[in-house]
Amino acid sequence: MEAMRVEHLSYSYPGVDDTPGVSVFEDLSLTVEQGSFVAVLGGNGCGKSTLAKQFNAILLPCGGKVYVCGMDTADEEKLISIRRSVGMVFQNPDNQIVANVVEEDVAFGPENLGIASPAIRSRVDQALKQVGMYEYREHAPHLLSGGQKQRVAIAGVIAMAPKCIVFDEPTAMLDPQGRREVLQTIHTLNREKGITVVLITHHMEEAAQAQRVVVLHKGNIAADGTPAQVFSQVALLHEIGLAAPETVELCYALNEAGFALPLDRLDSEECGQALYDWVKA
Amino acid sequence: MLKDITLGQYFPGKSPVHQLDPRTKLIVLVGYIVALFVAKSWASYALCFGFLAVSIAISTIPVKSIVRGMKPLVLILVFTGVLNLFFTGGETVLVHFWIITITLEGVVRAVFMVVRILMLISATFLLTYTTSPISLTDGLESLLSPLKKLHVPVHELSMMMCIALRFIPTLIEETDKIMSAQKARGADFETGKLMDRVKALIPILVPLFISAFRRADELATAMECRCYQGGEGRTKMKLLRYKRWDMYAFAAGALLVAAVITLASFGL
Amino acid sequence: MTPVLEVKNLCHVYSVGTPFEHTALSDVSFCAHRGEYIGVIGHTGSGKSTLMQHLNGLLKPTSGEVLLDGKSIWADKASTRQARFRVGLVFQYPEYQLFEETVYKDIAFGPGNMGLSKEEIDRRVREAAGFVGLSESLLEVSPFDLSGGQKRRVAIAGVIAMEPEILILDEPTAGLDPSGREDILSNIDAYRQAKNATIMMVSHSMNDVAKMADRLLVMRDSLLAMDGTPEEVFRRASELVEMGLDIPEVTRVFLKLRSLGLDVPMVYTKEQAVKTLTALKGGVPNA
Repeated sequence: MEAMRVEHLSYSYPGVDDTPGVSVFEDLSLTVEQGSFVAVLGGNGCGKSTLAKQFNAILLPCGGKVYVCGMDTADEEKLISIRRSVGMVFQNPDNQIVANVVEEDVAFGPENLGIASPAIRSRVDQALKQVGMYEYREHAPHLLSGGQKQRVAIAGVIAMAPKCIVFDEPTAMLDPQGRREVLQTIHTLNREKGITVVLITHHMEEAAQAQRVVVLHKGNIAADGTPAQVFSQVALLHEIGLAAPETVELCYALNEAGFALPLDRLDSEECGQALYDWVKA
Repeated sequence: MLKDITLGQYFPGKSPVHQLDPRTKLIVLVGYIVALFVAKSWASYALCFGFLAVSIAISTIPVKSIVRGMKPLVLILVFTGVLNLFFTGGETVLVHFWIITITLEGVVRAVFMVVRILMLISATFLLTYTTSPISLTDGLESLLSPLKKLHVPVHELSMMMCIALRFIPTLIEETDKIMSAQKARGADFETGKLMDRVKALIPILVPLFISAFRRADELATAMECRCYQGGEGRTKMKLLRYKRWDMYAFAAGALLVAAVITLASFGL
Repeated sequence: MTPVLEVKNLCHVYSVGTPFEHTALSDVSFCAHRGEYIGVIGHTGSGKSTLMQHLNGLLKPTSGEVLLDGKSIWADKASTRQARFRVGLVFQYPEYQLFEETVYKDIAFGPGNMGLSKEEIDRRVREAAGFVGLSESLLEVSPFDLSGGQKRRVAIAGVIAMEPEILILDEPTAGLDPSGREDILSNIDAYRQAKNATIMMVSHSMNDVAKMADRLLVMRDSLLAMDGTPEEVFRRASELVEMGLDIPEVTRVFLKLRSLGLDVPMVYTKEQAVKTLTALKGGVPNA
């Protein structure tokens, strides 16, 4: 089953006054399987955030179609159903928290859906437990750390019981600790609740943990495959201003010097093993 | 640090006063204020004072914190007192000195006025100390909801208040950061003539406004993503419900108002 | 050689006498020489930012001293003001402090506050723009029309234009993609080399600090926990991990090699790793 399907999408931001609009996509096609974990990788300004906003009808295609759980995002009647199915988590945790008490904020989405009070209460409690923020339910958000705020934002989305969540660079503003907390939460949601995850990022290490990596460059798909398949194309990544994980970069540098090492070792354990075998051979 | 400032001065707690429905507290406060203004005699003031004292005692809010809150208001109190003291005419002249005449009526009136203001402010503090800003907003929204029929945007107003409360600390922190950043570039906010100082604010205000607009824009998108479509069809996680203590509070409040009015009708 | 910057027993306590009182720095001492590139690492809340803001006199120490060329920056008013200009501080996400109508004017804000002549300001603005790779044509553009990476460079140029002897940057590469990071890091190094300036870079990216810095300061719970060359610091990898900090990925790989029984030295950059491994294989194969 497909969770999302993008068919020949074209999109350009409208120009202001006399300035021409900026074209982001000309002909982009992509499908995301239900329950999968897809990382969308790309440099600054490659169109990844624009793509994210297409998935829940914040932006609508200029040409082509975007389907979410079988619904056409251009169909206004389906707007609420689409936004119930696809949750969004944005980069800046401060700018997506509405209320000044954690649990009130998590309740915001379900309240908008018109759910009965006791049901909201149980959804909020469950969502907060899921992201490990239940003890903080009565805290003021501005006193939490970046990672904690972002987890509250995630709880706010899962309280609406979506089928998919699109994360638009959720860790870009966090420190390593916060980044770990948030990534762990995202992986748990995908694994335990079967939520389809689209993770937009420019951190190679985060993308390396996904099931599938889609590399966007200037509105086109430059590479698409498992992390090992994508990251072994080091030359291509360099050309478009990206990099492979350090371990792959190390093997690549050795290959440049004339050796032949595998380029699909994405973590230090595997890479160390490969280097050991190679040194001993 | 600036961000440590607590807004609305809410002291979380579990006392019956804390747990009262915010609407109850608002209505009883209004009743209490009415009683205060109707009160003409020592007896009715004593009643009001008793009511206040019992409420504070139940709330477990230290009297010290309420007194501390009064500090910025000392000037107003003194001014009110002095004004009433000097400008109340009467027959029993106590002191007559140059153009100043102090009468017994003046003294009584001044004391009454100061006591009235003190009791009014104490009660308001008690409300804000025991009620979180968000439940206060909820209570106001619920009490004002009949105005919706008159097309007053009650929900929107309370949403705005809620968001403002949420973002004030964030923006204070941001101002702090921008100020430091501009100071690091040699900006000087402390010296110079008035015009120079006003000019010196531009490097703070421009980035602050730009950031506030960016935040507003992102927040609006985030709210849309969470299916916000205005107050229509919205439910609440925390339903406001009157409980036993609310009944006691209403009863006590009603009793107070009735007693004070009765006393007043007897000219007391 | 006397150090250009000396920090002696620096302590800072926030909100003294309130329930929010907390110690952000306790007894921090170190010194920095001209031309040094110092990386500062540590957890959020370990006191890094507080430390940085003491070095140019934005914060006044609760106790202890900050000396520039042997003179306390709090000795008199003139010294404090001088410290602002001699120690340039680039905050995190500096692009949010831009405010002028044109890039040129924004970069000129700092030098203008220094009371320099028009010609000198002009020279500095153009030179600073050159350091961060902004073309002449961009100088008359509104900074708000630029891309995120360009805005960041304008903001950094605004501090560089004051020609500080010590340039401090708080996470200058946060939120940028790999090529954007690369650019900013090389801009900073170009400035260091041209002016023999001291650089202090706060970063969460161990790969960045390992690559750039020749000395590392590690902050932990308001204390200066380590001070040494990257080699000395990363040799204590297990302690860093225990503090919740990362270590460079390459170091991890080499730790794995050691655990497998291979006798390799500790390395922390890719270049070192390639060199070591190539040597281990007896040189380049087809050279």
